[in-house]
Amino acid sequence: MLGESSIQPEWLSEEVKTGTTIIAIGYEGGVVLGSDSRVSAGASVVNRVMNKLSPLHDKIYCALSGSAADAQTIAEIVNYQLDVHSIEVGEDPLVRSAATLVKNISYKYKEELSAHLIVAGWDRRAGGQVYVTLDGLLSMQPFAVGGSGSSYIYGFVDAEYRKGMTKKESQEFVVNALTLAMGRDGSSGGVAYLVTIDQEGAVERCIPGNELPTFFDQ
Amino acid sequence: WAPLSSSPHTNSTTIMAVEFDGGVVIGADSRTTTGAYIANRVTDKLTPIHDRIFCCRSGSAADTQAIADAVSYQLGFHSIELDEPPLVQTAANLFKQMCYRYREELMAGIIVAGWDKRRGGQVYTVPMGGMLVRQPVSVGGSGSSYIYGFIDSKYKSGMTKEECLRFTADALALAMERDGSSGGVVRLAAITESGLERSVILGNQLPTFFSA
Repeated sequence: MLGESSIQPEWLSEEVKTGTTIIAIGYEGGVVLGSDSRVSAGASVVNRVMNKLSPLHDKIYCALSGSAADAQTIAEIVNYQLDVHSIEVGEDPLVRSAATLVKNISYKYKEELSAHLIVAGWDRRAGGQVYVTLDGLLSMQPFAVGGSGSSYIYGFVDAEYRKGMTKKESQEFVVNALTLAMGRDGSSGGVAYLVTIDQEGAVERCIPGNELPTFFDQ
Repeated sequence: WAPLSSSPHTNSTTIMAVEFDGGVVIGADSRTTTGAYIANRVTDKLTPIHDRIFCCRSGSAADTQAIADAVSYQLGFHSIELDEPPLVQTAANLFKQMCYRYREELMAGIIVAGWDKRRGGQVYTVPMGGMLVRQPVSVGGSGSSYIYGFIDSKYKSGMTKEECLRFTADALALAMERDGSSGGVVRLAAITESGLERSVILGNQLPTFFSA
């Protein structure tokens, strides 16, 4: 029949993106990473519980944003490269090494890929560190936000961040920032995932939607 | 090479308005751009529509000035007919009618705020497209995206006038720090039954925050 749309639903032909809010912050002795859990294809949510915090090594994680396929692939490749590297040097890799590997892929294929990974972790040499690899640059920062939801929380993180926060304060900071972003960004939502990395190792946590903090309009 | 480009003048902006018991506080940055050139770095985007009613303008400078002029005229006339100061809701509806009717041609995001005897301090937002909604706190312009999180976390009802002024100045400073299209000075105004208090916060006196 003329003019009839295809039998398949629209979302099957839309690119799958992790709309997303991701955040990582360093504190004395470690880092905290956080992300939301929504994966969208156009206007449909194709996964409402995806964990966007991906391990690159025991004490190094990355946070994924942008195209879901691109981000996952970069993380898997770097995970493999880091395993080889850490066997060659005979010890745990540096966070900077992991970030450099991510940056190398992001920069070399910057025209083809559309993913932004924040790399954070703990190593013996420099403690907790956060690296930004957007568009193929490499920059260490005290904290970093990324993804579509990050626009809405720049003001909040600029106002609330202080140097020398404790682990607990950093975790609260991350949860508050994620909640505020999820409240305003249609492409972010679901549950909040947290990973805290320090000398002892990495501890993962999931905070369901009803346990997130509420603000004045709720 | 044309720094004075042929792009239209826009107030890509940050504007904000907050209700408190007894009035409203409104604020805006002061940057008007044509392309990448800052045509006016000390713009006044807080425009009086009537004695106790102001509007905050964002979007095309020409469009918003023309709309504000037209609504001031209509409201002035209406107020004389009524023999009473006009309601903020009336002003907001006049803005809405014009912004909705000419929605395809206009690029205007306007926040209407003021005080009247019937409902006290009120803030109405008329974003692009021409909808109208009353909100206790409203932000607009390109810089507003960056401060939604800050506003959601910091706003509480029942703030005093001074707290609202502080809150608005902080929010605008944060937005101006992140948004390339916002900057300059912060212009504030507090509108109450007794009148109008305008103030300016110069660049070097703005509140400072952490920047990564």
